[in-house]
Amino acid sequence: MAQVYIPGLLRELTGGRETVEAEGSTVRQVVESLGRVYPGLAERLVEQGRLRPNISVAVDGEISSIGLLEEVAAGSEVHFITAIKGGRCARRS
Amino acid sequence: MSTQYTVVGTRPVRHDGADKVTGRAIYGGDFTAAGLLHGFILRSPHAHAAIKRIDVSKATAYPGVKAVVTADDMPPAPGDKIVDLGEGETPLSYVRGNVLASGKVLYKGHAVAAVAAVNPHVAEEAARLIEIDYEVLPCTLTAPDAMRDGAPILHADLRMKELGQKTDRVSNISDHFRHVMGDAEKGFAEAEVVVEGEFNTSTVHQGYIEPHNATALWNNDGRIHVWCSTQGSFVVRDATACVLDQPVSQVKVTPLEIGGGFGGKIPVYLEPVAALLSKKTGRPVRILMSRQDVFEGTGPTPGSHLKVKIGARRDGKIVAAQAWLAYEAGAYPGAMVGPGAMCVFAAYDIANVVIDGYDVVVNKPSTAAYRAPGATNAAFATETLMDELAAKLGMDPIELRLANAAKEGTRRADGPKFRKIGCVEVLQAMKNHPHYSAPLGGPNRGRGVAIGFWFNVGLPSSCTISVNADGTVNLVEGSTDIGGTRTSVAMQAAEVLGLRAEEVLPTVVDTDSVGFTGVTGGSRTTFATGWAAHDAAQDVVRQMKERAAKLWEAAPESVTCERGVYQSNGHSATFRELAARIGETSGPVVGRAAVNPRGVGGSFAGAIADVEVDPETGKTTVVRFTSVQDAGRAIHPSYVEGQMQGGSVQGIGWALNEEYFMNGSGAMVNSSLLDYRMPTALDLPMIDTQIVEVPNPAHPFGVRGVGEANIVPPPAALANAIHAAAGVRMRRLPMNPPAVMEAIWRKSTSPDS
Amino acid sequence: MQSKVHVQTTINGEPREFLCEPRQSLLECLRDTLGLTGTKEGCNDGNCGACTVTMDGRVVTSCLVLGVEAAGAEVTTVEGIARGSALHPLQRAFLENAALQCGICTPGFLVAANALLEAEPDPDEQRIRLWLANNLCRCTGYDKIIRAVQQAAREMRGANA
Repeated sequence: MAQVYIPGLLRELTGGRETVEAEGSTVRQVVESLGRVYPGLAERLVEQGRLRPNISVAVDGEISSIGLLEEVAAGSEVHFITAIKGGRCARRS
Repeated sequence: MSTQYTVVGTRPVRHDGADKVTGRAIYGGDFTAAGLLHGFILRSPHAHAAIKRIDVSKATAYPGVKAVVTADDMPPAPGDKIVDLGEGETPLSYVRGNVLASGKVLYKGHAVAAVAAVNPHVAEEAARLIEIDYEVLPCTLTAPDAMRDGAPILHADLRMKELGQKTDRVSNISDHFRHVMGDAEKGFAEAEVVVEGEFNTSTVHQGYIEPHNATALWNNDGRIHVWCSTQGSFVVRDATACVLDQPVSQVKVTPLEIGGGFGGKIPVYLEPVAALLSKKTGRPVRILMSRQDVFEGTGPTPGSHLKVKIGARRDGKIVAAQAWLAYEAGAYPGAMVGPGAMCVFAAYDIANVVIDGYDVVVNKPSTAAYRAPGATNAAFATETLMDELAAKLGMDPIELRLANAAKEGTRRADGPKFRKIGCVEVLQAMKNHPHYSAPLGGPNRGRGVAIGFWFNVGLPSSCTISVNADGTVNLVEGSTDIGGTRTSVAMQAAEVLGLRAEEVLPTVVDTDSVGFTGVTGGSRTTFATGWAAHDAAQDVVRQMKERAAKLWEAAPESVTCERGVYQSNGHSATFRELAARIGETSGPVVGRAAVNPRGVGGSFAGAIADVEVDPETGKTTVVRFTSVQDAGRAIHPSYVEGQMQGGSVQGIGWALNEEYFMNGSGAMVNSSLLDYRMPTALDLPMIDTQIVEVPNPAHPFGVRGVGEANIVPPPAALANAIHAAAGVRMRRLPMNPPAVMEAIWRKSTSPDS
Repeated sequence: MQSKVHVQTTINGEPREFLCEPRQSLLECLRDTLGLTGTKEGCNDGNCGACTVTMDGRVVTSCLVLGVEAAGAEVTTVEGIARGSALHPLQRAFLENAALQCGICTPGFLVAANALLEAEPDPDEQRIRLWLANNLCRCTGYDKIIRAVQQAAREMRGANA
């Protein structure tokens, strides 16, 4: 199980919980299993099969450049982070 | 330190050195081609205006003119197409809109039209004949002004994003985000000492000495060839292709030598315009920016407005911190407020934190990265308050920082935990540095310290190494070399191969000739392209072992390689001896690697600054300065020191003098290097350096990357030194003589300030 | 198009002639007409020093000199600093001290520093800083440039002793 940190703005979907556990050996699988437990959460993270432009994912402290394809180990920390990508804010109006 | 290495940690002469001291090196602006035409870009005289009509007929008819283009000559931007051009994702319409304005101009200096002619003077004369009817609109120039209700709106289609949710609100605030960790309210309730302040930093420019340039040929086969100075040839390729709606394979970018960038030579400005002019004329077109164009049309760093509050217990433990950051993105969304928010408290282990960030568009040039983008602004606030906190607690400012320093496992407010970092080691090196305990040596002097953090980035890099029969190798890479990275990359290959640095011959090639390579930025080149060189060299070693096995009729796995000497069952040959015989085995040996590395190691830097403040004029003179930085591993210590010295001096300029001085109608009134006063040799002392090495455990040689963190501490260190010297707390950059004088007067007239 | 003036001059010891419009700067003539692109343009208004050359021994920013003014003058550019195939002590010192990063300002620094050391073989640090104050460098913070000039001065004094 990976330890997933839910950003403040999405905690309404996890009943206020900051960290939750989720199954999966890739970020994509983690998001899918989160979505099964917390309806609506997956849609806030993923759009058309890719991470939304304003969301980055960090696995074990490092922002991934391959997003949903990043591998996740048992006990990994997964952070979904808003607004940062490649050192510059992702943006879409 | 690096005793196990023979090349890493030494100081060879750079491979491109002779070309650069003889004037032979060809920079972007030096490039020429048969039939070359010269372009000129006409820019908006207004900070905010609707374009009602453009009439190019007089320019087109002017003798010597070959073509005129406007935004109408660009393919239309599909409304919602998002592109990633090396600095994160952005709507294509914004990229196109900044290259040539369509419908509206959003800052003075915004490009509107371009002319190609037989020489640059004719092109400029003709461009001045272009008639444009503008409807001048009210402008907004600062984040606080642009955020208020009723402010002039830059983008009618920009909807504010609030905490991750799109809203219907049309606003100049593109984004508001928040990082929360613990309970800041509860933390402040526990705090026994609280310091807080409101801070402002001015818009400043990267200030590279070489203006932007580009030459483009839209060839008769449909392919576009671009020659330019850039931090990322593949970014230029992709951006040019996007803007012109061409497949990336139709664009070839040859990066020429680059005269400084510091983040500002990542965006494209001229390349698509030169290509459009070339398409219309069938000839290569070169465009060079003037210095005024560089100031008014290219990426400054955001001006920023910050409110920061820090609470601590009497024993010095920080228990809560709060930050409110509003950064000016310039004309298009994308201020570096995200990284600013990630860095604002990154140096410290604090349980209860809340950080709000606002990305705000204003009528100034669209901002670009500038060395640790966003972090310097944030550290100015935090590190000034840390100095105040130390004073209130009666603690030594370095001891206070050590008591709260981030370590491996410390969680940042934006979520992730630090891996191995050198924050404590940098602080200890500062504490033990002779400078910190040296006498000040005169009246009106003071000493200040500050630290700073920058993440560094990974990103893809590609590299090939081919073996020459004389025992040298050719290394091909795609990272444009701003400051000696050919050498720091080649040295890593040399270390693996057991060669001398001079025996590895590095070349930076065009986008057709090497695998994708990300920008030279984010302190990544020695880290990531160096890693690619390491891996490509290992690939060479593997193949050389096979060749040795073949020559010696031995099993490949029996061959060992130690510092370039290959051995098996009594046979022994040096790399050079084997290289001479590879033709006998089975032809050329070419090693290759393409990496997208994880394991980026962030870097901490610190500054100790002594200043003398003239009580009569408010002028601050830096009398001694020491920069300390964790390099992970210094591949070429001289160029590490050079990064530290250069970053420190840019920070000193930002702190004491540099600013975009805007008049009320949004015109920059100091857009020359005389009036935008960057530090000269006469303004500075020697810049002492101390390299700290806390190796990055993920990198083959322990490299972290040293390009950026060094600019972060100086403004706060100087503000703290000014306080020590003159008793005034500076809340605004630049801390130029009028600002310091005013603070001194204010103090003398109001005893409680 | 303006008609052009025929200019005869000496550049790096060689007689040269070129045609230029009266409004063209010496910088433009050197770079675009004569192909001497070692002299760089950073601001075109005399404030960055990247285009520094000497004219009859005087240090000038070539962007503020007209091409026609070079008539009859002796001009030295960065391309004239090396001694044949051997680097000048200043050039070597810049390389050994890592006194350049991007290198765009280096030609101007070399020309200006060379003029200093020809006039004053033993300048102190402040004198070097003052002399080079019209040459901007944004990469190095000047530290290693000053040290390189000091090293070259020492070597040149030693060679002349």
